[in-house]
Amino acid sequence: MFGAGGGTSSYEETRAADLIVLWGSNAREAHPIFFHHLLKAVNNGAKLIVVDPRRTPSAQWADLWLGLDVGTDIPLANAVAREIIEAGLADMEFVGRATSGFEAFRESVQPWTLDEAERVTGVPAEAIRELAHSYGEATHAQLCWTLGITEHHNAVDNVFALINLALLTGKVGKWGSGLQPLRGQNNVQGGGDMGAIPNRLPGFQEILDDAVRAKFDAAWGSSIPPKHGLHLSGMFEAMEHGDLRAVYVVGENPAQGEADQARAERLLQGLDHLVVQDIFLTRTAQLADVVLPAAATLGEAEGTVTSSERRVQRVRKAYDAPGDARDDIEIVYELARHLGHDLGSTKAEDVWNELRSLSPIHAGMSYARLEELGGIQWPCRDESDPGSLFLHGRLWDDVVEDRAPFQVVEHDPPVDTLDDDFPLRLTTGRRLESYNTGVQTGGYSSPLHAGGLDILLAPEDGARYGIRDGGRVRVVSRRGSVETSARYDKNLRAGLAFMNLHFPDEVATNVLTIDATDPKSGTAEFKATAIRLEAIA
Amino acid sequence: MPDLKLLEAEPSEAERAAIDAVVGAEAANGGRVARSDRTRRHLLLPALRAAQRRVGWVTPGALGYASRRLEVPPADAYGVATFYALISLEERPPEVLHVCTDLSCALAGASVPPGAHPSPCLGLCERAPAALRTVAGPEPREEQIPPSSPPLPQTTGLKLLRRIAEGADPESPPELRALDRARVLGAQRVIELVKASPLLGRGGAAFPTGLKWEAVARQPVKPHYLVCNADESEPGTFKDRVLMEQDPFALVEAIGIAAYATGCEKAFVYVRAEYPLAHERLQNAIDRADVGVEIELRIGAGAYVCGEETALFQSIEGYRGEPRNKPPFPVEVGLFGKPTVVNNVETLVNVPHIVLGEDARDTRLFCVSGNVARPGLYELELGTPLGELLELAGAERAKAVLLGGAAGSFLRPDQLDLPLSFDAARSAGVTLGSGVVIVYGEDAELVPAVLRIAEFFRDESCGQCVPCRVGTVRQEEALHRLASGKANGNELAVLADLTQVMRDASICGLGQTAANAVDSAIHNLGVLQ
Repeated sequence: MFGAGGGTSSYEETRAADLIVLWGSNAREAHPIFFHHLLKAVNNGAKLIVVDPRRTPSAQWADLWLGLDVGTDIPLANAVAREIIEAGLADMEFVGRATSGFEAFRESVQPWTLDEAERVTGVPAEAIRELAHSYGEATHAQLCWTLGITEHHNAVDNVFALINLALLTGKVGKWGSGLQPLRGQNNVQGGGDMGAIPNRLPGFQEILDDAVRAKFDAAWGSSIPPKHGLHLSGMFEAMEHGDLRAVYVVGENPAQGEADQARAERLLQGLDHLVVQDIFLTRTAQLADVVLPAAATLGEAEGTVTSSERRVQRVRKAYDAPGDARDDIEIVYELARHLGHDLGSTKAEDVWNELRSLSPIHAGMSYARLEELGGIQWPCRDESDPGSLFLHGRLWDDVVEDRAPFQVVEHDPPVDTLDDDFPLRLTTGRRLESYNTGVQTGGYSSPLHAGGLDILLAPEDGARYGIRDGGRVRVVSRRGSVETSARYDKNLRAGLAFMNLHFPDEVATNVLTIDATDPKSGTAEFKATAIRLEAIA
Repeated sequence: MPDLKLLEAEPSEAERAAIDAVVGAEAANGGRVARSDRTRRHLLLPALRAAQRRVGWVTPGALGYASRRLEVPPADAYGVATFYALISLEERPPEVLHVCTDLSCALAGASVPPGAHPSPCLGLCERAPAALRTVAGPEPREEQIPPSSPPLPQTTGLKLLRRIAEGADPESPPELRALDRARVLGAQRVIELVKASPLLGRGGAAFPTGLKWEAVARQPVKPHYLVCNADESEPGTFKDRVLMEQDPFALVEAIGIAAYATGCEKAFVYVRAEYPLAHERLQNAIDRADVGVEIELRIGAGAYVCGEETALFQSIEGYRGEPRNKPPFPVEVGLFGKPTVVNNVETLVNVPHIVLGEDARDTRLFCVSGNVARPGLYELELGTPLGELLELAGAERAKAVLLGGAAGSFLRPDQLDLPLSFDAARSAGVTLGSGVVIVYGEDAELVPAVLRIAEFFRDESCGQCVPCRVGTVRQEEALHRLASGKANGNELAVLADLTQVMRDASICGLGQTAANAVDSAIHNLGVLQ
């Protein structure tokens, strides 16, 4: 919201919160480490509210669960905002001093009465009111979200809708309250921080800024083009148009991880050249011209990772990688050497110190300090800086130079609409024991994988469409179909079905999903697919 | 929780109904709003008990359903269910006979017929040999065998047992004069009276009751709870059962006074599962006498250690009955983490007498069983010589007396002039414990009794702390080697070490006293020397 992609608060604050809202997040399964911190708050008496179409295991743990229709987060958030304003729970002192655009925002949420929101979201007005009042009245509130918010064609608007609530109530930039987009793996945060995003250089420095580019050009002896690159969905579009002919994939499995999987695989196969660097021979790697086996970050390499709370931590090598696998840094540097460039020392600490010299938010994080302090949260601008427990404290200065803007966001329902041919809403998600396309988690047998291939549906839908509990079923969307077994799940209401994406070799869930993508974030609408079910005799 | 998808079995309709009767009916599917209630775990044991009473055992379906409804992970619920001897996770017929093979019943020649389960002390020692039949079904019941107690063997000099001896109706509420009086006096004055009285806790630890009450009354943290410990499971003890069966209103009135004095909003009475008549009579008394505090009857499931106060809290809260570390003590952090008064039944029934100030004698109940002509419950003034009690009960030519139960000590015939008072017992290095007096006659065999005591502690150790978990096993093994003539020579040294280690390092009274009787049998009686 303010230029840097990271959770604004710390686990420590989560543990001390008196209200935690999980919005579009099943942290209990998908972010179990974070959930442990959350549980400490709950055990201390904090209230937990979960907003999710499914009554997920996280929702089952909640003091209040709101089961909204898929893709109606903005109406719900706008109604919460309206109720907060109407009930006099907005922090108008904060709004007046630290934000901009409030009047337009207030105007925009006026239509979203509790009753209107109930009509659109399906959630009873009284529950929406309770959410609004709980959030408005809480002293220390953490508003957390994950892919239930971001895997939509209007992902960024969804995020804005939640940020608006924090601005409205002054629940950001001070100890105990904040906004947390939870990260799905130990170093998702670090990937973006290090510049593996199309519009920023390391440390979230804008690539279009001449001074920023000049600094990096000088350090790297290069000339960085003054333009944004492509995010993943943009790359597939470029492949489709023939503009992108060669791809170098590092630690990602887009052949199975992208929406509309058939299209993704076709486009990857049509490339002139595909290089994959990974610790496993993924489906994508199987399509590659060259595979570069890499060492695993954990145990086989030196370096750092960055957690959801922006904490940079050291990882250390404990044993040699097997076979020909090599450290990622070595592979990249060796490749550069073959292309005629010497990138310097491959020692992880030297690479890190180069990053520190270029990224102000990491400048104070020497390896020695990272070790001494048990990790440091960015920003950490010099070696006397203890790091930052929370972000945006400046919003509480007497005079706020750069005000945080409210963003007017409107309801925009899912692209894949329901009709008589495709009457059921399929949403996708994660399971506790598995991760994404199963590259790291599908390779071993575990009793926890049991039932992982099933499509889950409400018993009422099973009866309605003639599908037995445990029966075979063909799941059909406008893009393709898969066959699997059906399992009744009482945590789903009629009209809502659920599949995970962990076992793409057996059940290619992303054959069904739509690649309707948010132009701002590049994320596809994995969460909202229209399907029908056909029983297989 | 449901995210551990390990229990896919569904409960039968009968099991579902039985559990729903405890936890409430499940809301219909398809809602848009749901609320988790993480405060209901304390219903786990009642729910499991209800399911078992319906079909005879706790099926995977019932365990899973109770777990889901109460939001307890199934593995965790399994840990709770397996903790208790009377909860069965294995299929068994609806009708089960539990035959007591413990100390007093063994003296009376107990034997276990085919198909029956041997049981630790059932608290029916004055009717030994005894048994308990549990019958599951739509109208579950438990039957004590023999079905009724003989009349009290003593008719004069009674205080706590007076109403029983006079034949008061245990099902009709008497006048609650003491409670009325307490309300006139005020809470502060009631506590002062109890403090001024000589009343010490009668569960075994002999802590001054008035001090305990005062400590809880002063706690600013609310709510305060009152817990009546009616889990008497010390082999040879049955005094609280007689009080609850024959004069339940005395206990209910006493709870009303105690709760009033200490500011408790709610009271629990935790009664061992083996006392069906006490459950019935006490529930009736709770229903019929309004004593100004909500009283909830909780029923155990066969675990000696739950008589330890913090284990009892754990059990009520829906956990394995494993004792907690102290401090903090229950007066500060007790049931559900709140300040808690925990008093034994006999302790509490002293209270109305203190409030009324009509009988200042300090009496104590003694459970006499074994080789005596008149086994039963006796009430004597503290300080009465043990020999006098034995004479009353008709014990002739005793070769040993076990005083205080399995956690107590064996006395020689020449030690029977011991005055029955806390101080005299302490000076003699023994304990009155819960008032158990088991008499071993001339022809009684002591070695089997010692082995049985060792077996009892090994079986009842909760396993939480090492000295007790390992020590009780090693103790039993060493005794068996001695008893079977396969001694390797260091057994007595091993036993002495174990005695010391368990006393010093166990976290609760079970481990701390697990070697007492064994040690006294060896060193005081010379058994197995």
